Amino acid sequence: MKPGPSKLWPDVAPEWIQNLPEKIEDIFYDFYKCFIYDDRYQLYLDGLVNTLKLTLLALIMGVVIGVVIALVRSTWDKNRHELRGISKGFLHICNWICNIYVTVIRGTPVLVQLLIWWFVAFASSRDGISVAAFAFGINSGAYVAEIIRGGIMSIDPGQMEAGRSLGFGYVATMRHIILPQTLKAVLPSLANEFIVLLKETSVAAYVSVAELTYAGNIVGGISYDYLFPLLMTALIYLVMVTFFTFLVGKLERRLRTSER
Amino acid sequence: MNDNIIISAQDLKKHFGKSNIKALDGVSTDIKKGEVVVVIGPSGSGKSTFLRCLNLMEVPTSGTILFNGNNITAKNTNINIHRQKMGMVFQHFNLFPHMTILKNMTLAPIQLLKKSKEEATNKAMALLARVGLEDRANAYPSQLSGGQKQRIAIVRALAMEPEVMLFDEPTSALDPEMVGEVLEVMKELASEGMTMVVVTHEMGFAKEVASRVLFMDEGKIVEENTPDEFFSNPKNPRLKDFLSKVL
Repeated sequence: MKPGPSKLWPDVAPEWIQNLPEKIEDIFYDFYKCFIYDDRYQLYLDGLVNTLKLTLLALIMGVVIGVVIALVRSTWDKNRHELRGISKGFLHICNWICNIYVTVIRGTPVLVQLLIWWFVAFASSRDGISVAAFAFGINSGAYVAEIIRGGIMSIDPGQMEAGRSLGFGYVATMRHIILPQTLKAVLPSLANEFIVLLKETSVAAYVSVAELTYAGNIVGGISYDYLFPLLMTALIYLVMVTFFTFLVGKLERRLRTSER
Repeated sequence: MNDNIIISAQDLKKHFGKSNIKALDGVSTDIKKGEVVVVIGPSGSGKSTFLRCLNLMEVPTSGTILFNGNNITAKNTNINIHRQKMGMVFQHFNLFPHMTILKNMTLAPIQLLKKSKEEATNKAMALLARVGLEDRANAYPSQLSGGQKQRIAIVRALAMEPEVMLFDEPTSALDPEMVGEVLEVMKELASEGMTMVVVTHEMGFAKEVASRVLFMDEGKIVEENTPDEFFSNPKNPRLKDFLSKVL
């Protein structure tokens, strides 16, 4: 069995650190214990990779669900009075299902949703990352749907009329004219959703997915010291969020200048 | 049936919502090939609604529209096919802001008429040259003035080689000094024999270019005549009153 960190400390610590006052030496020792001993930094890195994986998978799923739902809901809102017959009934039911989905997902905590997927719906699965990514994707879809729906509704109705007057059908006008403008308009909001999602995935630690928060928690447990692991975890989130916020700001400025 | 009639509107009625206010209250008229029909009237008279009914931008509550003899108000009609042959120009231009001028003009011909990119581009450049904007082909709509935008909107519709052009107050959103350049393009179009239906407040244009002027009030055509007779010898009291205010 590998000797504990306190046994190894006199061998690995440089002399000048060991000569420091005891209180200050303790800080260096704690740091060693939480990050260097037994390659524990690797746990944070693996956790970070899993966090990014979860976020990206959930975002892709959220955008796909969001676009579909936004199209159903905005089509219904704008055309309910003109539609007739079977297509009206079909769209009415689709819109109804979408409404329930958005209401339920936005009205319940994401942790409760995750626990239901993990312990009930996919109780036989042992693949925590996939289940968690699925849970966050479903959750994010409801929020992305509202972002994109707002984007579609904000496009001048004259754009749809211009497309239709040239002979494009409703779907073709959506595809060539409305959606490209919508996506451009909501890109900053989508990027913000990505940032929110990044932090939200920490909830996956609850079902033992080895993401960043889980890593910090585990190291805290095995080293009997929670201060440094949790501070480091928070710092990594903060750096990532700051970095992505900076990117979103750049993106917003870029989009604004291309309009002129 | 007369071969020269391109659009025949028969007893069009339009109610909005559940209200009893009739935007159109039994409008009938035939538009012949090569005719320039100018529709004038006070605001709320239904003139825009009438124009927008012609290509089913608004679906009339009742009545029939024949386009080249086809009943386009029938339930099973594919309106998209017919709209390709009916160009429309809007008050607010409605150019696609995320596309260059060239892309604005080639999108529909490439997607709908299945033209090659090269063919559509050549056609678009020729049209741009006609309105003196070939140097703006790669600009975005936001980089153009209102008059330029409207001229682009006209040639975008022309790129589909329509048989009839519908103008919905094409100069109403323009600064006064830009109205002339747009009317100039429309006059040229009329002189080439394009069939046009124009809703406008430009009485000068109506006098000079129209083959027939319609006056609408409260959802009805209350007077129609050649421009000479229409302006010099109006009969309907409401038209007289209207003309005394705008001329």
